[in-house]
This record gives sequence, structure tokens and C-alpha cells, in this order.
Amino acid sequence: MTAEKLLEVKHLKKHFHVGKNQVLKAVDDISFDIYKGETFGLVGESGCGKSTTGRTIINLYNSSEGHVQFNGQEVAHIRGRKRKEFNQKVQMIFQDPYASLNPRMNVAMCIGEGMDIHKLYPGKKREKRIHELLETVGLQKEHASRYPHEFSGGQRQRIGIARSLAVNPEFIIADEPISALDVSVQAQVVNLMKNLQKEHNLTYLFIAHDLAMVKHISDRIGVMYLGNLVEMTTSEDLYREPLHPYTNILLSAIPVPDPSIEQTRDRIIVKGEVPSPVNPPSGCVFRTRCPEAMDICSQMKPVWQEAKPGHFVACHLYEETSHAR
Amino acid sequence: MESKRKETSPSRVPDDLFVPLPKEQQVDTRQQKGDSYWRDVMGRLFSNKLATLGLILIILLSIMAIIGPWLTEHTYRSQSILESNTSPNGTYWFGTDELGRDVFTRVWYGARVSLFIGLAAAVIEFIIGVTYGGISGYRGGRVDNVMMRIVDVLYGLPYLLVVVLLMVVMGPGLFTIIVALSITGWIGMARLVRGQVLQLKSAEYVLASRVLGGSNSRIIRKHLLPNTSGPIIVSMTLTIPSAIFAEAFLSFLGLGVQAPVASWGTMANDALGSFKPVIGGDCFSRPSLYH
Ligand SMILES: Nc1ncnc2c1ncn2[C@@H]1O[C@H](COP(=O)(O)OP(=O)(O)OP(=O)(O)O)[C@@H](O)[C@H]1O
Ligand code: SF4
Ligand SMILES: [Mg+2]
Repeated sequence: MTAEKLLEVKHLKKHFHVGKNQVLKAVDDISFDIYKGETFGLVGESGCGKSTTGRTIINLYNSSEGHVQFNGQEVAHIRGRKRKEFNQKVQMIFQDPYASLNPRMNVAMCIGEGMDIHKLYPGKKREKRIHELLETVGLQKEHASRYPHEFSGGQRQRIGIARSLAVNPEFIIADEPISALDVSVQAQVVNLMKNLQKEHNLTYLFIAHDLAMVKHISDRIGVMYLGNLVEMTTSEDLYREPLHPYTNILLSAIPVPDPSIEQTRDRIIVKGEVPSPVNPPSGCVFRTRCPEAMDICSQMKPVWQEAKPGHFVACHLYEETSHAR
Repeated sequence: MESKRKETSPSRVPDDLFVPLPKEQQVDTRQQKGDSYWRDVMGRLFSNKLATLGLILIILLSIMAIIGPWLTEHTYRSQSILESNTSPNGTYWFGTDELGRDVFTRVWYGARVSLFIGLAAAVIEFIIGVTYGGISGYRGGRVDNVMMRIVDVLYGLPYLLVVVLLMVVMGPGLFTIIVALSITGWIGMARLVRGQVLQLKSAEYVLASRVLGGSNSRIIRKHLLPNTSGPIIVSMTLTIPSAIFAEAFLSFLGLGVQAPVASWGTMANDALGSFKPVIGGDCFSRPSLYH
């Protein structure tokens, strides 16, 4: 990877205070970089802190610890004119197409909101631009005066995409943009996003809870578990030789299209429930469900290390020092 | 069981039920539905029977309050002592009271006072309640906690005691009544708005606006208030009659507007004296009836 770093996340933590003296570690020390023009997939079970990561990056939440740098600038410290710039350059697509559009605003108002805030397209240009955007995302300009409840989930998600495109972003955080949609519609939206990426030179942080769709769109993938990154590498690498036991489980959960293989192949069944992020297990957070857990796993937190060039993993199985002992 | 099944079996359903609607018609209904969110607001208002009744009554009463006193040659305070406690007749349509004042004129003059109090209470409730609840819900956290505890304390105060105290301090009158009604009147509105805002502020469309760089004022104006307007309006519509009742109740207790100014409550109170000699007398029944 010789490309330019666009986003740098260093030891990011986000802890929520829940109740008296209780801390929920939604994100607990994760680090990754995103390069210009790539798609970085972030995968993990529901509740593992993916949305929190995305929202902390875009500064919807203040981080508890650690740094997020966009183009070399500390995001939390961007103020004034630079802030406005940041708000244009970094955009977000949301998970729930039914909650992400204001029911009181028609499509033109929804899409135009960013342009109005940044006074990008004054007067007549505004309407023209909205029509253009609608066509870009595969809707018609007649839809501009309609209200969100008149659209299907997939169409709404397209409106949400148009809204974020309206301010000419460079980097889009897509927080499970397809998980609320039908499978057939999922593919359409993913393809739309891919095309837009090519046309507009976009960089994506693509969040999803299963690996199936992510592998089609991502260049690199990070796997999250209970607020921690457990593995990160290129998509091919992750499929070819996954290292972390949790990644293996996620991969085996992807259905295979061929029914004969699907029936005979071994599925690794995850045992137990996800532990509470308020009270995570000691040592390796995955040890309560890990089929390969060892003694050391409960005593020491595995180190986030580069097992192979560009392939990071946090697991005692791959720690030479601890293994040798 | 068997026969029932047959009745609902698909073959019994006439075919013409399955003919799709013509295209244009479909588009039409959708367009209408989306046209304005006032429909939704109105829908919610009219589905609440009490609220609808209140609205119709208020409109009728407002018209009469405006033109009522002009319909007779009497004023609300002019007396003719010789004709006290008369029954309804050609000159005095609702009769006269103990002091020989025209009850018809006084009823509609009183309506002005009562409606003014109702409207004033609703407006004050709106201003204080929406602001207070909005800030509390939007700020959240500790601010919300403190603000809501204050509300709880206010809510716990014995209402009549506060009113009597106010009357002692400020002296009875129109203004005092409005203050008395407003002191606790906004609490319901504040709670309502706070709950709505608290829920809506983390909605994804609000986050989207924030991500786009939307200011707090923009988020409140464009996203939070429009989505709360329905319940706010319904609540305001319900306030007007309840404030009128409250004023009548306070005036009836002698805590309201002072003679010779008429309000429905004072009239009922005044008439109580003549109620005893003339049971069911007109001067008592009229103002009560129009409550
Ligand atoms: N505002 C908040 N206050 C307290 N706890 C929160 C808050 N937001 C999220 N959490 C908690 O943080 C953890 C991670 O939540 P997050 O929404 O990031 O998960 P997720 O990976 O996006 O899950 P999903 O796939 O369901 O969207 C969860 O346990 C959640 O309950
Ligand atoms: S560190 Fe231990 S428990 Fe954790 S994933 Fe690796 S083997 Fe499993
Ligand atoms: Mg999420």
C-alpha cells in the first residue's frame, strides 16, 4: 500500500457511562488506517461497537481516548471554516432507511439540506442539482416533491446516498447501509455505491455485520469483536487464510451457493452469548466463545501485531513470544 | 368450521375485487397523502373527540363573545334595580340578575374574559413549556435531570394554596388569574416536549443533519419541532377549555376577577345568592349552562 493515508485511527476508545460507576466499553482501543480511494470494511456482530466507531470518527460522539486524524488533522480539534470543510468532505449513510429521513421533509428538502447549510448551489442551480443527484442514484426527478413514506426501503437508502453526495464528499462512512434491505435490493445498492466510488473518487468505510456482502465491495477488512479489532487485512487474504478463530467462525457462517457443499461442509458453531461490554472477559475478549482458547488467553490480552506483512491479528495463537513459553 | 372456511375461500371472493386500480388513481392518493403534514396534525386533532368538541365550541363561543354584547342595548354593568331577578323576556333575553343587570350581555361579556384567559394560558403554556421542555430534552444529561426535578417539585405543590397565596400577594384580578394558571399549566407541555425531543434528537435524520454541519437552531427548527408539532397543538387545544374551567372554578371560589367585571365563574358565584330563593332560577342556570 503506497497510497496516501486519508484517515488514521489510533488507539481509539469510546466508553459510555451507564448507571452508577458502570462503564460500557463500546470501543476499546482500536487502530487502523484508511487509504485514499479504498473501501475499508468493518465487520462484527451486532453490538460490537461498529456504529460507535463510525460515529466517533465523524465526531458525532467525543472519543474517550485516542486520536482520529483526517488528512493529518485531529478531527476533534477542527473548528470554524475547517469544520465546515470537514462536514462536507466526510459524510455518513445510515443503517435504518426508515429512520434516516425526516418524515416532515420532502425528498428535495432532504437532499438539499447539505447544500442549504453550506450554501453550495444558490437559486435555480439547487433544483437542477437535486434532479441530477436523483438521477445519479437511480431515482427520477418527479420524486423530488414526494415524502419519504412513499418510498421503499431501497429507494429511501438511495435518497440517503443522494443526500450525502450533495455536498461533494471525499470520504463516506456507510453504517450498515444494506442490512435493513432485501437481498436483491442489497446488491443494487452495493453496485450503486461501487459505481459512485469510481465516478466521484470516493473512499468508504463500509460497516456490516456479516462478511458476505462486504467481500464484494471492500479492499481491506477489519473484524471487530466486543469493542476490539481482532483481525485486519486485505479481503483476499482474509478469505484465503483467516487467522483469528473469530474470523473463521464468521466465514463459516456465510452460506455457500452450492447446496451439496452447503450441506456437507463443516460449520463452526459459536457457543454462548456475546459477553456484556460493561463487564468484558479478562485477557482475550473472545476467550469465552473461542474453540481454541488456552490458559494464557484468560490471563493476558493478546497484542495487536502484524503476523504477516499487512495482516494484523490479536490472538495468542500467533504470538511467537508467548507461544515459545 | 367447514362452512366458514368455504365462505372465506378465494373462489367466493368476487373477481372484480382483484382488478387493480387504474394507474392515475394510485398516484393520486399517494400525492395527496404526502402533500402536507398538516393533514397528519389535523387527523390527530380530529381523532381526539374531546379536542374536536373543544375546538368547535371555542369557535362558536368566540363569535358570540365578539358580537354578543352588541346585540342588546344594555351594558354588562348597567343596572335597573326595579327589574332585578326577572325571567327571560323581550328586553332581557336571559333575564336579569340580583342587581338588575342583563344576564345575556353579561354572559357574552364574561365569555370574552374567559376566552381571553383561555387563550393567554395556552400561549403562555406554549412559550414556557416548549422552551423549557425543548432545552431540557435537547441538552439532556445533567441539565435535563435538574430541570426535570424542578418540574417535579412544582408539580407537587398544592395548587389551591399557591393560588390563594398569589391572590394575597398580587390581589385578585385578570392578570393574577393568568399567572396562577400559568404557574403550573406549562408543566404538562414541558414534559411532553421534553419526551419527544429526547427521543427524536438521536434519530438518524437528526444525526444526518448534524453530520452535514447543521446548527442546533437548524436541527430544532427543521427537525425536532415539526415532528413534535402534532402533539403540541393537540395539547394546546385541550388547554383552552381547561383554563376556562379553572378560571370559572377560581372565580366561583371568589379568587377570580372582581365585580363588576363578569366572567362565567363570577356570574355563577353571584347567582348562588339568588339560587336559594328561586331554585333553578334563570340567573343561575344560564351561566352554568354555558360552561
Ligand atoms: N449512546 C449510547 N449510550 C450507551 N451505550 C451505547 C450508546 N450507543 C451504543 N451503546 C452501546 O455500545 C455498544 C456498541 O453499540 P453499537 O451501536 O456501536 O453496535 P453495532 O456494532 O453498531 O451494532 P449493530 O450491528 O446492531 O448496529 C452496544 O452495547 C450498545 O448498547
Ligand atoms: S487469544 Fe486465545 S481465546 Fe483469544 S482468540 Fe486467540 S486463541 Fe482464542
Ligand atoms: Mg450499528
